[in-house]
Amino acid sequence: MALLTVEHLQVDFRLRQQTLTALYDISFTLSPGERLAIVGESGAGKSLLGYAIVNLLRQPGYISAGAIHFHEQNLTKLGSRQWQQIRGKKIAMIFQDPMVTLNPVLTVGEQMVEAIRAHQKISAQAAKQLAIHKLSQVKISAAEQRFEQYPHELSGGMRQRVVIAIAMLLNPEILIADEPTTALDVTIQAQILHLLKQLCEEQGVALILITHDFGVVSRIAERTLVMYAGRIVERGPTLEIINDPQHPYTQGLLNALPQMALAGQRLNQIPGHMPSLGEHPSGCAFHPRCPYATEKCRWQRPRPIYSGISTVACFAIEELLAETNLEEGDDNHD
Amino acid sequence: MKQTILDARNLKQHYQVKQGLFKPDAHVKAVDGVSFSLGKGETLAVVGESGCGKSTLGRMLTMIETPTSGELKYGDEDLLSLSKQAQARLRQKIQIIFQNPYGSLNPRKKIGAILEEPLVINTKLSAGERKAKAFAMMAKVGLKPEHYERYPHMFSGGQRQRIAIARGLMLDPDIIVADEPVSALDVSVQAQVLNLMMDLQQEFGLSYVFISHDLSVVEHIADQVMVMYLGKVVEHGSCAQVFEQPKHPYTQALLSSTPQLAAEKRRQRIKLQGELPSPLNPPSGCAFHGRCQYAEDQCRSQMPSLRSLADGHLIACHLVNQ
Repeated sequence: MALLTVEHLQVDFRLRQQTLTALYDISFTLSPGERLAIVGESGAGKSLLGYAIVNLLRQPGYISAGAIHFHEQNLTKLGSRQWQQIRGKKIAMIFQDPMVTLNPVLTVGEQMVEAIRAHQKISAQAAKQLAIHKLSQVKISAAEQRFEQYPHELSGGMRQRVVIAIAMLLNPEILIADEPTTALDVTIQAQILHLLKQLCEEQGVALILITHDFGVVSRIAERTLVMYAGRIVERGPTLEIINDPQHPYTQGLLNALPQMALAGQRLNQIPGHMPSLGEHPSGCAFHPRCPYATEKCRWQRPRPIYSGISTVACFAIEELLAETNLEEGDDNHD
Repeated sequence: MKQTILDARNLKQHYQVKQGLFKPDAHVKAVDGVSFSLGKGETLAVVGESGCGKSTLGRMLTMIETPTSGELKYGDEDLLSLSKQAQARLRQKIQIIFQNPYGSLNPRKKIGAILEEPLVINTKLSAGERKAKAFAMMAKVGLKPEHYERYPHMFSGGQRQRIAIARGLMLDPDIIVADEPVSALDVSVQAQVLNLMMDLQQEFGLSYVFISHDLSVVEHIADQVMVMYLGKVVEHGSCAQVFEQPKHPYTQALLSSTPQLAAEKRRQRIKLQGELPSPLNPPSGCAFHGRCQYAEDQCRSQMPSLRSLADGHLIACHLVNQ
């Protein structure tokens, strides 16, 4: 039974002159305790998808079609009252910059206690106990001391741990992490990723990790969605996608990593750049940058099909599959 | 051995920090005794976590900041003892590119004006000559002629970094200090910019001081690698030495923390506890001892000096014997 089911989700931006579509036909599911990564470059719509799930889209952005089911509830139909019972409590979100989440004029403890007591009727003392317990759960040393400190007194890695502790305060079922380690140094990044993975495993929280970094994905996620220009272009098990990417965009992204080229040699770049909102090309949005693009890619949109490794939306893969199927068919005749 | 173009000896940058009215000033040793020599056409990568002093080093090399002490030689000339005019002349030869191309380009100026400004200040070229030079440079870095009349906000991050690179090259420098030039860029764009930098290096024989925290980028582009920790160099060697046989426990931990896709290249994870200590109050002895799994008593009391192993690999650790 899926915990979260997103069905044909579309997000539009209504501007004065026109309505632009930012996310098209997004569907996926998340099981309890699963770790899912959403990968793409800036402008792919990955963060927007995260915001859409927790109903934090800003005007003029809105969900124009589709549904998001969490347990039996359709989240797109909830009012702000009902959202208070979900956001922060059942579905928590953390962001790249911890200072976006933390209030600089409150101590760590004050904001944690505030968050607990907004959702639960418990005494200040009990809330403090719970907060300190959560701080030590995210491996913060001297938790009682940290409880009294202000965010500016903590280092970047420590702040991100506090943010994770706050997100975990009410034992959410889903944690959405938007580039949680991008602003951190590699050694700290490794610590935080390890912590997130551990929390998921020990407490059964499902994780949606939004990132541009396949290195991070390979460390933590079981399944991966690759997004390009507002659509999911490839989805499947993380290791399979990394070892044998099917979509030309995924291939390009992975091949562009410096570790994929010989030292001193030119890197394999993808020509051009991600189209901006309102400039999404017709047909397959990737066709202007794709080495395999044909006339068909220009005008028709590929449907997602299962390639044996992952689910991909690409005509080149479709043809390849059709050919191998034909050959196999011939073999059967013999 | 290639001809040495930039030679730094024992560069230091100490800042005074006021702690309050009645407390004595504290000193932050942002960079504490860094030496290296950079050959023509070579790339030196400076690696380390935030706060290790790598950007301060870059600012000293470009004479944005004057070092507290040390020697800095460009060819045969000592940059720090020269007159202001002579410094201004040599400053043209050492240019810098910053991490954030959104912050380093003036939003109110057109690309043409941005590119020509260094020429206006430093040369006597006529307006026509300046324009011709700007167009030539734009073509070199992959910008189109029509971009000349546009403003920075009309460009994507990758294109802005191209503009910043073009501006850095307008005065025909020999050395480019690149401070995290691709950290703010997406992977596919990062590859484009790195390729451009490698092409330009070949074409103009540029030397790069490449400041970065991203080891996979460094491994790809560098000839020499210098690893810094809290203002000091802890390991310095050729790219192959540092990446294939990292000797210092900190370098090993850094390498193992860098996510690797290929399973066979994945190193045994060394989990580093804690974070970079405060430079206001550095630990005694080896600055790394608090996070080091091998630390012994001598590491806590005695600061290891940077010494050379048989193959010229420099290392500052008591416990490495070859």
